[in-house]
Amino acid sequence: SRTWILVGVLLAGNGANVLFRVAGGAAFAAPIIGVTPEQGMSDPLPQAMVLTAIVITLGVTAFLLALAYRSFQINGHDEVADDIEDAAIRELAEAGPPSDPDELEEGPPDEQGRGVADQEGERIDELDEPDPAAGSRPGRHPRRTRGNR
Amino acid sequence: MNNLLPLPVLLPLIAAALTLSLNRHPGAQRVVSTTAMIGVVGVAGVLMWISDRHGTVVLWIGDWPRPLGIALVADRLSALMLVVSSAVTLVVLVFAMAANEAERRRQTPISIFHPTLMVMSAGVSNAFLAGDLFNLFVGFELLLFASYVLLTLGGSRERVRAGSTYIVVSLLSSTLFLIAIVAVYAATGTVNLAQLALRLPGLPTDVQLIVQMLLLTVFGIKAAIFPMSAWLPDSYPTAPAPVTAVFAGLLTKVGVYAIIRTQTVLFPDSHLTRLLLWAALASMVVGICGAIAQSEIKRLLSFTLVSHIGYMIFGIGLASGAGYAGAIFYVVHHITIQTVLFLVIGLVEIRGGSTSLNRLGGLAAAAPVLGVLFFVPAMNLAGIPPLSGFVGKLSLLEAGAQAGGFLAYLLIGGSVVTSLLTLYALAKVWNRAFWRPRSEEVDPLEAVLGEDTAGELAEDEVAAERAAEDLAAEDQWARDQGARPATTGVSAKPVARRDVESGANHDEGEEGDEDEDVDDESAGVGRPLPRPLVATTAVLVALSVVLTVVAGPLYGYTTRAAADITGGQNYVDAVLAGPNR
Repeated sequence: SRTWILVGVLLAGNGANVLFRVAGGAAFAAPIIGVTPEQGMSDPLPQAMVLTAIVITLGVTAFLLALAYRSFQINGHDEVADDIEDAAIRELAEAGPPSDPDELEEGPPDEQGRGVADQEGERIDELDEPDPAAGSRPGRHPRRTRGNR
Repeated sequence: MNNLLPLPVLLPLIAAALTLSLNRHPGAQRVVSTTAMIGVVGVAGVLMWISDRHGTVVLWIGDWPRPLGIALVADRLSALMLVVSSAVTLVVLVFAMAANEAERRRQTPISIFHPTLMVMSAGVSNAFLAGDLFNLFVGFELLLFASYVLLTLGGSRERVRAGSTYIVVSLLSSTLFLIAIVAVYAATGTVNLAQLALRLPGLPTDVQLIVQMLLLTVFGIKAAIFPMSAWLPDSYPTAPAPVTAVFAGLLTKVGVYAIIRTQTVLFPDSHLTRLLLWAALASMVVGICGAIAQSEIKRLLSFTLVSHIGYMIFGIGLASGAGYAGAIFYVVHHITIQTVLFLVIGLVEIRGGSTSLNRLGGLAAAAPVLGVLFFVPAMNLAGIPPLSGFVGKLSLLEAGAQAGGFLAYLLIGGSVVTSLLTLYALAKVWNRAFWRPRSEEVDPLEAVLGEDTAGELAEDEVAAERAAEDLAAEDQWARDQGARPATTGVSAKPVARRDVESGANHDEGEEGDEDEDVDDESAGVGRPLPRPLVATTAVLVALSVVLTVVAGPLYGYTTRAAADITGGQNYVDAVLAGPNR
């Protein structure tokens, strides 16, 4: 659901901003030249970076909200569907090798088609939240070249 | 002379503001954006010449004292990337303008294609010129934001879905980038790249490793390196053709550039080269295997994009002068080729009515020019001599052989296999879409998809019904905005295709080729090709061939660029101690 995604994004953004403040060291007085002694200033650079990040998060929030509303207009809900064609190809591959490779131009099932026993739940019309960690979609196991992941 | 440096960022931003305020005058918009892009190409060319003759150009903005300010840096690598990216954006801009002109239906209340493309160009330029991590972050955010808008242009069902996937992944990578910057700042007290190069070696090794892994992950998500590449084939194909073209050409290469920059400047004695090499091999192989499985050309090309990113990471992973030279040359080649292939597929969509291999056929006979325009870049991508793809791959293979060792040779083997498989995939596209006559077999994917989903391939009445629903939603939204509804009354048959295009146009006046939700089946083979589109694509194909002709001098340039960046010392000296030219 896009609204949940938005809430998650906001939380993550806030977390990163707070992390910036932590990295800036202890809080002292406001860093204004001529007003505060230089030893008693808090670090202005993370503050500047946090401001930039907050503004960016603001824009992102507005855009995600618009997108959620648009999805609601079109679909009646704001949930993100899975990649339909990807699932279709997987099903096609699961159906087994075609009798005549010249007829179906998909050819024999390849790496994308193997290891999909745990994909049965991911039907086309099942509207789950998208897996935000791209690439860790279950079932998409590559040919195991050693060492990477 | 170094005051030229902000121009590639400023010109597009000013153009974005101007085109946004000129939104009721599409002609003026076009003039402004074209002028700005020509200006950027010109400035980038001058920068390339200066950086080659006189060394790295550095500008400390605002004339703040040396390590404290924000630096814009143009060495040979940055200048080359600027030239290629702005040239490609210019061509795509002309293509999009021509495409819209050919299909202009009515006045649109607001047009955001031009401003958004300009903002994206500014973001790309800023990313290439950034001399510190936070400016790089800002550049990334600029171009990501513009890409969110461009990807969901028109707000149709498919685009909103694909856009959401892309946006979530990119937001994740941005948050991770922020965390990486925090880690770097907390550990060293600076984000300036040159200063970091001096301070990072003083950190404990595990902290350096954490920082390096964080940055590599962020840029790897952006560059779509396996295993962080799944978002790309999911989201890129649904955008309009010129948008996909510019995404495929530019956005991933910004990630690759960032990897090159951080690896060479910050971590010159990196211990992660083996990891990079394995990731390169995995990207190459998995990407191309994914491409072979596809029956829709845009998805196929997206997978080949992922696969060929692996070549560039191969060069980077070798961490030698020859490796970097090969990688940079391949980046230049690949930007051009991938963009032109997507533009050609845009033309195929106009001419053939679809981009699914099951529905195309006989295009070489019906449109021979289109056949040539596809064949040349396709063979270039596959690495057929004497084209630039072959030169790039050969240089990478030679660099690998120079490096030696088991992993390098494994990658050489993987590169050759990937190249052959790329040839196979593209030959399949050529055969089915261009060579063989159109056949009427059942689309096996439709049989699997069933009747209650409307994806890119559901090109039957279901899609038309959905298109009608979309139109109704569009009209309602248009009424809400106070603009004229795009269609009066709704008929969901082939006529709906044209209306979907302009109906989806409240906020995207200059969109190129449109949604594939409705296939103009009754008309058979689609529409004739407009001349300006063909001409623009032909120009870019010609440019890609020119790359072959100038491959010698270009490779010499990239060798000098690689010598500049290997070891990172030249960069640091130029930024921190160089003359303020």
